[in-house]
Amino acid sequence: MPEEVTLTIDGKKITAKIGQSILEAAEENGVYIPHLCALQELHSTGACRVCMVRIDGRYSASCTQPVSDGLQVEVESDELLEIRKMIVEMLFAEGNHFCPCCEKSGNCELQALAYRLGIDSVRFPYQFPQREVDAEHPDVFIDHNRCILCGRCVEASRNADHKTALEFIGRGKNKRLAVTGIVDLDRADKAVSVCPVGAILLKRQAFQVPLGQRRFDHEPIGAEVESRNPEVRTP
Amino acid sequence: MSDPIVTICEHYHRDRSRLMDIVREVQARQGQVSPEAEAVIARELGCKPVEVQSTVSFYAFLSERPVGHIPIRLCNDVVDRMAGAAEVARAFERELGIPMGSVTGDGLFGLHWTPCIGMSDQAPAALIGDLPVTRLRPEDVPELVEILRLSKDPHAIPREVGDGNNAHPLVRSMVHNNIRRSGPVCLSPWPRGEAVHRAAAMDPREILETIGTSGLRGRGGAAFPTGMKWRFAAQAPGARKTVICNADEGEPGTFKDRVLLTEQAGMVVEGMIIAARAIGADEGILYLRGEYEYLRAFLESVLQEYRADGLLGSSIAGLGGFDFDIRIQMGAGAYVCGEETALISSCEGRRGDPRNKPPFPAQKGYLDRPTIVNNVETFCCATRIVLGGAEWFRSLGTESSPGTKLLSVSGDCERPGVYEFEFGTPLSSVLRAVQADDAQALLVGGPSGQFVQEAGFGRTIAFDDLGTAGAVVVFDHSRDLLEIVEQYMEFFCEESCGYCTPCRFGNEVILQIVHRLRTGWGKPEDLDLLRELGQVMRKASRCGLGQTSANPVLSTMDQFPHIYESQIARPRGFDLAAATSQAEALAGHPSRHLEKEGDHA
Amino acid sequence: MTTAVKPRIATVSLAGCFGCHMSLLDIDERLLDLVEIVDFDRSPIDDIKTFTHRCAIGLVEGGCANDENVHVLEEFRENCDILVSIGECARTGGIPALRNSIPLAECLDEAYRSGPTVYNPTGTLPTDEELPLLLNRVVPCHEVVRIDYHVMGCPPSAETLWQVLTALLSNEKVQLPYELIKYD
Repeated sequence: MPEEVTLTIDGKKITAKIGQSILEAAEENGVYIPHLCALQELHSTGACRVCMVRIDGRYSASCTQPVSDGLQVEVESDELLEIRKMIVEMLFAEGNHFCPCCEKSGNCELQALAYRLGIDSVRFPYQFPQREVDAEHPDVFIDHNRCILCGRCVEASRNADHKTALEFIGRGKNKRLAVTGIVDLDRADKAVSVCPVGAILLKRQAFQVPLGQRRFDHEPIGAEVESRNPEVRTP
Repeated sequence: MSDPIVTICEHYHRDRSRLMDIVREVQARQGQVSPEAEAVIARELGCKPVEVQSTVSFYAFLSERPVGHIPIRLCNDVVDRMAGAAEVARAFERELGIPMGSVTGDGLFGLHWTPCIGMSDQAPAALIGDLPVTRLRPEDVPELVEILRLSKDPHAIPREVGDGNNAHPLVRSMVHNNIRRSGPVCLSPWPRGEAVHRAAAMDPREILETIGTSGLRGRGGAAFPTGMKWRFAAQAPGARKTVICNADEGEPGTFKDRVLLTEQAGMVVEGMIIAARAIGADEGILYLRGEYEYLRAFLESVLQEYRADGLLGSSIAGLGGFDFDIRIQMGAGAYVCGEETALISSCEGRRGDPRNKPPFPAQKGYLDRPTIVNNVETFCCATRIVLGGAEWFRSLGTESSPGTKLLSVSGDCERPGVYEFEFGTPLSSVLRAVQADDAQALLVGGPSGQFVQEAGFGRTIAFDDLGTAGAVVVFDHSRDLLEIVEQYMEFFCEESCGYCTPCRFGNEVILQIVHRLRTGWGKPEDLDLLRELGQVMRKASRCGLGQTSANPVLSTMDQFPHIYESQIARPRGFDLAAATSQAEALAGHPSRHLEKEGDHA
Repeated sequence: MTTAVKPRIATVSLAGCFGCHMSLLDIDERLLDLVEIVDFDRSPIDDIKTFTHRCAIGLVEGGCANDENVHVLEEFRENCDILVSIGECARTGGIPALRNSIPLAECLDEAYRSGPTVYNPTGTLPTDEELPLLLNRVVPCHEVVRIDYHVMGCPPSAETLWQVLTALLSNEKVQLPYELIKYD
């Protein structure tokens, strides 16, 4: 079997390694596909659905779809942009995301995606659910208000930290993150560091990076990926 | 004395993948799976308590809190509501002195709602303990409760047993089959065991060829070509392979698998054995929905008979090396487990979360083994195809949809029940057969299917026209379709696993918007929003549940646009009275802006 | 220069902190440029309490926390051609909406009876009919009336407000540079 395959992204031929996802292959070639739950070093959960693309006409999450030879992938279209926007809007309406008083603001991937996608208002009714802040752990806050159920921390705890300190419980709108016991989670765990939003934060670290100097303060999310490709200009 | 929970874990060899069976037994024994019990189970299985909790909290029939020694689960499916489920609920509330969703002070009774339990043709129905009680009337409730109070045993409910195997000593249920029309494939007698002998004599490739040529497609709704699915699994490398029968019939309004399992269980088992021969599987699982627990002992006895006859177990039909056995895996109340990868997760003792595809089950399924999952009816078809031949099967139905289809018909008709029709039958013929002469709308395929209005009654049951897993619900002209849509959306909200964003939140939003439209507080822009949201859910959801759960709205917007447009003809703006209800109660007076608002409303 | 031809602007702070209005004042000397081209109608800036004319643009700070807010917002919708939500509270409910997951009775109890700094021996809650009734939940403006534009930021910077206003007044598309797009 050949090590490499050739596929097309928005009409442009790229090469990718067997075993890569569409998302990884695109990024390596300087094409940014917005995403929230996928993280390079973790197994993709496919939970958020932001990274939807069309592959040979069929809709698919690019983070869980492996590359294969000859695929025609559509990343940029009004329709796909609309899907991504709507999903990000859903996440804002579903949880309690108060950016003005969140320590993650400026470093938050959800917020950064909303900036990038040009979301200035949310079409869905804000739910304002009643959720808890779990401050029991000596070093870690778990703020369920901000959790988007992406599964990064659960995945990291299970497969990177080899602890399964975190799991999801409940189903549907009652699905939420649960911790087995504070002893299982350590401040150095990967599970603690991978949260895209402000749901898992280390204590005593607030505002160590001042506003104005944060990850997405000056460049949109994805700009880093796109800088690998001189043909793409970050919007 | 050893801890009974430890004994249960020992019985399952402390196998983490049998967690579903373990927690089900604990639930049955203790009426709950308490956090303490979860800790013991975790210790015994060598996993974290949170993993046990993760599974327990996923399934409706498992609970960390007590649900009552005798849980009474009233079915709140649309058809049951049409048949008076609300009045029955009120009667139970009165008799037990507790509201729905609670447990009596003595812990004896729990009163709960549950989605469709597969008894739509004999609604309103309930599960009392594990026993289905059908055609409930409010006036019967006092006596029922009295008997339960005295006996503390649902089996003490005096009842006439139903027809056929419902009267079998291992079933003894009041359920009726209501078989209204038998066809040549599924609902007619078959020579027991013969298909297994033939399969044993055939080369596996020959079986694959026969099933492929027959044009059989999955009967569970997705309509995937069965022969292709089996071929993928046959070709996939793996020392062990698995055949799973999906008897998690959960689509509201569907009950034909219940009838097949009651009357034609052997045909289902033989279909699984044939599949095992075809793909080289050694293990079979019959995944039976929790609601059909009352059929479990009977089905175990059917399997036992096949073992006794040398048709299940080792050297099946005398063929050395043809080893295959079947176990029953009980579900525990989760519609999403009808999705094949969610069902596999459940079989492994996990939450019923669907999985990412690829890898497909045929490559990597149950315990990472190549696995096929087929519907109950599909296995019946396979048995009949081995007996009758692919050509004969193809002579039934249409070119694109060979064979017959079982329909579960309920709602506003004279003759609800199970009908076996050849594919290609128009809805109008179905309506004549079920004696429904005032149909406003037909829901074909259940809420994940589509609503069809009168002008579409000439359409046919076929994969290239109206594909369906078999539910047909009839709504006459007295029914408020928007209310029905709202109730089906409640169902999807309840049953979404919550894994992916569009399904977890999209269903909630649709429910809220439909509710405000129905109550007269819709906004003109709501209709576009519903359409766009429905499309996003269809395209972006991770599994079939979310990809189809907007269908009640999308198909009624298409077929009955007036029920939406009439609701926004005169927009009323913001519902200030509702928005100030709490403050009004505290202050003792309504908003002084209310009257003025009312004036130009 | 005649007032009749200048477009009119109205502004209001509903359930907000006036921070957005402060930010508007922060456009500094450009205020003088602004009043060259517009007239302020109903607004805390000129203390006009009711609409005197129909307005081209209404700027709304804050979401709706009580029935009075709803009433005023509806008046703004009726009297303004273009209605703009300014800032996070108008756009999302914002900080006042932090109370939304707590039942109103509990909020009032803590504020007027059981809070650590409360002295209220009779334990009465404010119930005078003249006082606005709080809504069960604070809601963003677009859940009450149709909103034409949303300006993000807590508050939106003076530069953001200036760019939005000048674009609206000159009928141009609002296109903010990335650095001005902020939810905080």
